[in-house]
Amino acid sequence: MNIFSTFATTRRVLSQLIHDHRTMALLLLVPPILITILKYVFDGDERLFNSIAPVLLGIFPLIMMFLVTSIATLRERSRGTLDRLMTLPVAKVDILLGYMIAFSVVALVQVSLTCLVMFSFLDVSIAGDIGTVLLVAVLSALLGTSAGLFASAFAQSEFQAVQFMPAFIFPQLLTCGLFTVRDKMADFLQWMSDFLPLTYCVDATKEAVLHSDWSSTLTNDILVMVAFIVGFVALSVVSIKRLD
Amino acid sequence: MNIAIKTRDLSVVKSGKKILNRVSISLPEGKIIGLLGPSGAGKTTLVRTLIGRQKIEEGEVKVGGLNADASELREIIGYMPQTPAVYFDLTVKQNLRYFASMRGAQQEEADRLIVDVDLGPQTNQLVSTLSEGQKSRVSLAISLIGKPKIILLDEPTIGIDPVLRAELWDKFKDLSHQGVTILVTSHVMDEAEHCDYLLLIRDGEILFYGTPAQLKNRTKSKTVEASFLKLVRER
Repeated sequence: MNIFSTFATTRRVLSQLIHDHRTMALLLLVPPILITILKYVFDGDERLFNSIAPVLLGIFPLIMMFLVTSIATLRERSRGTLDRLMTLPVAKVDILLGYMIAFSVVALVQVSLTCLVMFSFLDVSIAGDIGTVLLVAVLSALLGTSAGLFASAFAQSEFQAVQFMPAFIFPQLLTCGLFTVRDKMADFLQWMSDFLPLTYCVDATKEAVLHSDWSSTLTNDILVMVAFIVGFVALSVVSIKRLD
Repeated sequence: MNIAIKTRDLSVVKSGKKILNRVSISLPEGKIIGLLGPSGAGKTTLVRTLIGRQKIEEGEVKVGGLNADASELREIIGYMPQTPAVYFDLTVKQNLRYFASMRGAQQEEADRLIVDVDLGPQTNQLVSTLSEGQKSRVSLAISLIGKPKIILLDEPTIGIDPVLRAELWDKFKDLSHQGVTILVTSHVMDEAEHCDYLLLIRDGEILFYGTPAQLKNRTKSKTVEASFLKLVRER
């Protein structure tokens, strides 16, 4: 592993994003706009909005970074730049970590901006610590990025990569406990959601939002998220082949 | 004469089709070697095998004395693929500097190479806004980063105007005088005159290896293209 290669990749990915003004604007502005829309969807039910909105802080980074990373990595594969990087004296994990750090930085800005809008303009208040919420959001972004890196190996076109979103993310959204508590779901769905990363992401966000003290549940959720991140990175490293 | 690239009975099969068939070559150090042949002859596959990116069916490959799958090989080779393989949404400078960082080379070297390939005025321009020839030159500059001992260039002069093409060949000659081995693929036979040695390939088999003069002498032809056609008809 070479820290210089990792940070060079982080800088390169961030530079690419900075040149792409439209993508940057969408990444940073869509979550606060969606939360604002949600506020008026639940116009007469402040309590319901207050319970759902903060949980989205953990979901947005995962979904958006999954989509952006899978397409960015696919482009890297299809344009031959990844192929070229494989002829250089760099470790595959250096490149992948570079991507993950870059998108974590973007996620941090994204969630900070969403928090600002949520807490300052939409009058949402949370019992938990904002630092812990940001930590979970960054882990959620890392989870989305690592899953996106892995998913890109199975797509041959950007059209296919986009289809992974309903295939990979939507089932998790339905079963993660956002719409209903998981105990009320059918047994097989509860069992299935135990093995899906978004479940732990939503659990961790709820813990961070609802409790001011650090609970053992939060520790467990974070450990499971980290395990998923490590697993996806390992699978991504294997998916990048040096030999055709 | 030291040998830079050596293969023995090298065969490569892709999707059940034999792309390279028992290729045995010994290419000398510090020379420009032209790998010439029509499209689909196996040129790119041979280059990808030499840089360690292609699984081989049988045979042996040594580049710079190292096996093609040795990680140390990546320290000594420079590779320019057929497609530009650069970041279109970065500037010329950002591309060169990124690949320099990944190679552990100095940023100043990256900046110097931009001038060497005549892209000084485009330094801060996004690659997406460059012409195809200029994109190829960015790709070429990247392959020269880190002063590699062996450079493999897959069709480097496609889309480049004649004046710059002549300058690039001068650059290749300078590098070879410094001891760098350069393997250049091309399907344009008139590029052969710039090379010290020629490897003619067709249907995954080597038709000829030698100097351009030896080729013309053997086939009693005036041009490399005529020689190539004669060799094909002889088989």
